[in-house]
Amino acid sequence: MVASSKPVVKTDLAGQTLVTLRTLTEENPASLETYLKLGGYAALKRVVTEKVKPTDIITEVKTSGLRGRGGAGFPTGLKWSFMPRYFDGVKYLVCNTDEGEPGTFKDRDIIRYNPHQLIEGMAIAAYTLGARVGYNYIHGEIWQDYEIFEAALHEAKAAGYLGENLFGTNFSFDLYAVHGYGAYICGEETALIESIEGKKGQPRFKPPFPASYGVFGKPTNVNNTESYTSIPWIMQNGGQAFADLGVPNSGGTKLFSISGHVEKPGNYEVNMGMPFTELLALAGGIWKGRQLKAVIPGGPSTAVMPASAIMGATMDYDGLSKARSSLGAGSMIVMDDTTCMVKALHRLAYFFYEESCGQCTPCREGTGWVYRVIDRIVKGQGKMEDLDLLTDVSNNIAGRTICALGEAAATPVLSFIKHFRPEFEYYIQHGKSMVDGK
Amino acid sequence: MLSPEATTKIDYELTKYPADQRQAAVMSALRIVQTERGWLSKESITEVAQYLGMPEIAAMEVATFYNMYDLSPVGKYKVTICTNISCMLRGSDEIVSHLQNKLGVGFNEVTSDGKFCLKEGECMGCCGGAPLMHVNNTEMHEFLTTDKVDAIIEGLK
Ligand SMILES: Cc1cc2nc3c(=O)[nH]c(=O)nc-3n(C[C@H](O)[C@H](O)[C@H](O)COP(=O)(O)O)c2cc1C
Ligand code: SF4
Ligand code: FES
Repeated sequence: MVASSKPVVKTDLAGQTLVTLRTLTEENPASLETYLKLGGYAALKRVVTEKVKPTDIITEVKTSGLRGRGGAGFPTGLKWSFMPRYFDGVKYLVCNTDEGEPGTFKDRDIIRYNPHQLIEGMAIAAYTLGARVGYNYIHGEIWQDYEIFEAALHEAKAAGYLGENLFGTNFSFDLYAVHGYGAYICGEETALIESIEGKKGQPRFKPPFPASYGVFGKPTNVNNTESYTSIPWIMQNGGQAFADLGVPNSGGTKLFSISGHVEKPGNYEVNMGMPFTELLALAGGIWKGRQLKAVIPGGPSTAVMPASAIMGATMDYDGLSKARSSLGAGSMIVMDDTTCMVKALHRLAYFFYEESCGQCTPCREGTGWVYRVIDRIVKGQGKMEDLDLLTDVSNNIAGRTICALGEAAATPVLSFIKHFRPEFEYYIQHGKSMVDGK
Repeated sequence: MLSPEATTKIDYELTKYPADQRQAAVMSALRIVQTERGWLSKESITEVAQYLGMPEIAAMEVATFYNMYDLSPVGKYKVTICTNISCMLRGSDEIVSHLQNKLGVGFNEVTSDGKFCLKEGECMGCCGGAPLMHVNNTEMHEFLTTDKVDAIIEGLK
């Protein structure tokens, strides 16, 4: 039925621990048949038919140590406990598949290679939280993958895993695919909710939080794709087993999107706490036999790390914060020694300027200002004072805005200048790059 | 007037929302009409707004906020290339110059025969396949080389 499902591109799964991408071992990973063969939907059936108490499920999720995979790392079990238990009306469940921060492409592989596990995870969450309706918001750029996911929804419904009175009980859950159309800011959960409602994606003031005022003004739980997709495994194998895959404070596996200067870019699902060097080796190491220069470990909103800082780090929440950056969404952008950091920052600055929704003055003006200053440096018209100016403007965006994009925009500027200042100074003095001479 | 095919598709999208929330379908309705007509004129947006029973200005706001909606003609094939950091590190600049030379247009320009329009895109969440480009918002082509680009362009009749 999932006719458009593509064959697996990646055949080398050595060194990986497949939890959210566990169908990758199979011929036709996205099909319902494949998922059932691997024990799929058994956890949903069990909790629904045995009427497992929602509080027990939440306890299990807390035990698992699962933290939100969308970037902020908020404990999923704790988030679920904020949803109002009793509510007279429809509660909603939302999945955030809007990734579009440069370097982030993990959730795409879940919806195209393992859509049923996401559906099962959302259905278990819906049962736990009493949500009657769910939406998976998928960014519009991956249209072919959107269609794979929507086909999987129809398949699940026809097989009795979605819809009314599941397994002959009074539990009903409808799940739909909806899409964005080119706006990074819709990844922010309240902008995403606005977008589902058919509006432009501008983040809302918080509070109220989605748990009390979400989609159509109703209580709503929002999680990332990878977060929901971890749930069936947790319910099947137990929270403790999931926690044990990782390290303290970082339970489970993590999907790392590795892009840039490696031999084999792609997604790698590994146990939390894996040493950086091992993960880099899985991706084939630095391409063309070159040297590692820097890594942005979790997406541009996390601080860039020079090679010396990341070589000894482990890939988990604490490991990366000890090394003065963060895990973010696990989007590793790898740069070799031919990379000009000034030009790299130029691209990132443009991104944040372009994607600011414009509601808050510090973010709208600050991102524009930062971009214009870096742009003039790249054009050979920079001044030494510009470096302090960039630092100043960035410090003034952070913390004064409705959403975290402002802060995200400041992080690359501050960390690039901190770690690679001589490169910026050289560029300003000579009007060209110290690295590529152009 | 919206075509019967378009209204059938929009009606399907409407089943995803409560009956009193027709506006929620505007994102997909605009996409459906754009796919059918090639781009979104002011009249098209008005027709969508009327069909959903929402203010025209609200539909216009949505159409201008999201960058995959095209408010001016984009030729038969809109080719969007991501030039953001992960793609840049894998040579998107080279692909851009190759395409610009081949088609004889810069970004946001349409070839004189009305066939191609080149656009610079932001991250498309597919960075593992960099460098990459998108054709007409639907077809994703990854791991591009100049040869591969030539073959894709030749294939677009
Ligand atoms: C600018 C911005 C962009 C974001 N983009 C995404 C995204 O693409 N995907 C995502 O899951 N979360 C994204 N988030 C985080 C969401 O707001 C939210 O915290 C998350 O979806 C919650 O799910 P989790 O707890 O499972 O991580 C973004 C946040 C901000 C401020
Ligand atoms: S911080 Fe920036 S992106 Fe976020 S709401 Fe304010 S202006 Fe919009
Ligand atoms: S940076 Fe090009 S697709 Fe993400």
